[in-house]
Amino acid sequence: MSEKLALNTGHEGTTRDQLASYFSRLKAGDMGPLPAVGAAVLLMALFSLLSNVFLTPINLTNLLVQSATLIMLTSALVFVILLAEIDLSAGVTFGTGMAIFVKLNQSSPNTWILNLLLAFVFGFAVGWFMGFFVAKIGVPSFVISLALYLAFPGVMLIILGEGGILTLQVPEVMAIMNGTMPLWAGWLLLALCLAATAAMSLWDRARRLKANLPVRPLPLLGMKLGGVAVIGAVIVQICNIDRRQGGLLSATDPNYHPIQGMPIVVPFVVVILFICTFMLDRTRFGRHLYAVGGNPEAARRAGIKVAKIRMTAFIICSTLAMIAGVFNVSRIGNVESGAGKSIVLEGVAAAVVGGVSLFGGRGRLAYAALGAFVISTIDNGLGLLGVPAGLNFIITGSVLLIAATIDALARKRAGGTLLR
Amino acid sequence: MSAPVIQLTGITKSFGPVDVLKGVNLVVNPGKVTALVGDNGAGKSTLIKGLAGVQPYDQGTVLFEGKEVHLTTPRQASALGIEVVYQDLALCENLDIVQNMFLGREELSQLTLDESNMEFAAVKALESLSVKTVKSVRQKVSSLSGGQRQTVAIARTVLRDAKVVILDEPTAALGVAQTEQVLNLVRRLADKGIAVIIISHNLIDVFKVADDIAVLYLGNMVAQLKTSETNHNDVIGYITGIKGSKETK
Ligand SMILES: Nc1ncnc2c1ncn2[C@@H]1O[C@H](COP(=O)(O)OP(=O)(O)O)[C@@H](O)[C@H]1O
Ligand SMILES: [Mg+2]
Repeated sequence: MSEKLALNTGHEGTTRDQLASYFSRLKAGDMGPLPAVGAAVLLMALFSLLSNVFLTPINLTNLLVQSATLIMLTSALVFVILLAEIDLSAGVTFGTGMAIFVKLNQSSPNTWILNLLLAFVFGFAVGWFMGFFVAKIGVPSFVISLALYLAFPGVMLIILGEGGILTLQVPEVMAIMNGTMPLWAGWLLLALCLAATAAMSLWDRARRLKANLPVRPLPLLGMKLGGVAVIGAVIVQICNIDRRQGGLLSATDPNYHPIQGMPIVVPFVVVILFICTFMLDRTRFGRHLYAVGGNPEAARRAGIKVAKIRMTAFIICSTLAMIAGVFNVSRIGNVESGAGKSIVLEGVAAAVVGGVSLFGGRGRLAYAALGAFVISTIDNGLGLLGVPAGLNFIITGSVLLIAATIDALARKRAGGTLLR
Repeated sequence: MSAPVIQLTGITKSFGPVDVLKGVNLVVNPGKVTALVGDNGAGKSTLIKGLAGVQPYDQGTVLFEGKEVHLTTPRQASALGIEVVYQDLALCENLDIVQNMFLGREELSQLTLDESNMEFAAVKALESLSVKTVKSVRQKVSSLSGGQRQTVAIARTVLRDAKVVILDEPTAALGVAQTEQVLNLVRRLADKGIAVIIISHNLIDVFKVADDIAVLYLGNMVAQLKTSETNHNDVIGYITGIKGSKETK
């Protein structure tokens, strides 16, 4: 650090100063992911008290796999929610895409990669179609996506035929949700995550130093990495415990799969979340997405092509949703007409629980993913407790309402500008 | 004295049968604050929109640094160095000060946002205007006061290397202390050699900050006066039409 700047940049001071300013921001109502983290911890504590199965390695790994679909769908939705738009059809879009995929596999199973690609092209096209109606014609996204939400189950029924259900016969795709990686691969993944986090932080730091800007003390980076390392190590270790011991599946079960090691889906989720976060935080597109979500008129006057940003967001949403579809079909093993109908509202709920504002411009992808994990934990725990499905829905709804209320109250305390 | 940066001659603009600007002349000098005053409906906003390229004039010549230009798009005006700070400021409350100052003109390095260089440039721009009241340049705009927001919007024009900055009623929504701050800022902007055009209804403010006062009355430029050579009553006379047309210079 050379000369002293006339204004603060938020990077000044010792580790202690930085922590103090973090806590004062918390007090002022800028809570970030804390409500979602709190909910996750609380729910996990509660379920482990109420059910002696919840904390077993097999259930926790299962929870990880279960949550993958919702995490992907929520991440997809974040792109449009940040614009204060909504895509109610994201679920049935992936349902229809997967119906196309399994149907094409029937006649030409050997070209499954191409068939899968076509499903993604379909997702892309749906996003383009929706974006066109929203950005160019001015149809509210709620309406156009509701139209697709109503139409696509019909399309699925036509594709899938009388039975309304087709099974997935591609072992490679089945492996995503059901296969596991060797034990060392889990640790390697963790090491790569840590390396990537450290590299990005140090890169930013180097750029700040080069620009003569103050930098945060290194111990803070150490704390961040330490946190990631501890949480990551716990997850890897749980996945690496032999789930046969005291597990629910017996080795003679025909559905028996490897029972040790990190599920294959985890690196997929990690990489996609990483790429999307990078896009939102570090590219011009991401900055413009937040700008359009916060104040479209200001964005337009600043020369941002608002319609193009809107189109792109819808295309990303539908295409990413297709990945959620792949996870879904991989887990369930078949596609039914109506696939994806109910999960989309859980995705919206997850984003809100993760602090993403439906008014646009506010919220972070990683926190929304955490929100998805919270909703999945509720599903998983209540399932273990044998709670009737009706009650399950009521509780999920209540959690959404509580999360949105906490968020609204916190914002009100932070200055209330959002509520005006 | 240096040459005018903008010279308008015989500018007209009609909306259908309504003649809103009826042959307006205006001279704007670098390093000077020119106040544009006039009653509601006199045509101030229409005159400004033409300069901003938002709503092209019908007739008349626009000389920019002595050369004739035709302003037909905002991009064109902005490329010449004409920046407008609208009354509603056009800031994104969900973004921080640096992000707002570079909105739409983000700098990149290695294909990613060059946050550090943008942050440094933003600090320097605010520093050059002696802005000291913001806590951190990474504060979200939603947490700023009205005066601070106005400051950010004005400082943004400095970053864009504006030669002409047009301010539409910059103090209309502000309290006494904040108005004072913004007027000081306007003065410093001019002291940097920028030509400032300020629309205001508050003659006290106008007399505090302006070097020249241009008065529009029903689409005619009835007077362009030196602040030092006139007084409140004169200006009010021109605004209300009690005094007749007297184009100085
Ligand atoms: N787009 C438009 N269409 C029709 N009339 C307009 C338009 N814009 C402005 N006018 C008219 O032009 C006159 C001057 O307006 P304006 O330039 O906004 O005045 P000021 O900003 O001085 O109050 C008003 O009578 C207004 O009704
Ligand atoms: Mg006006």
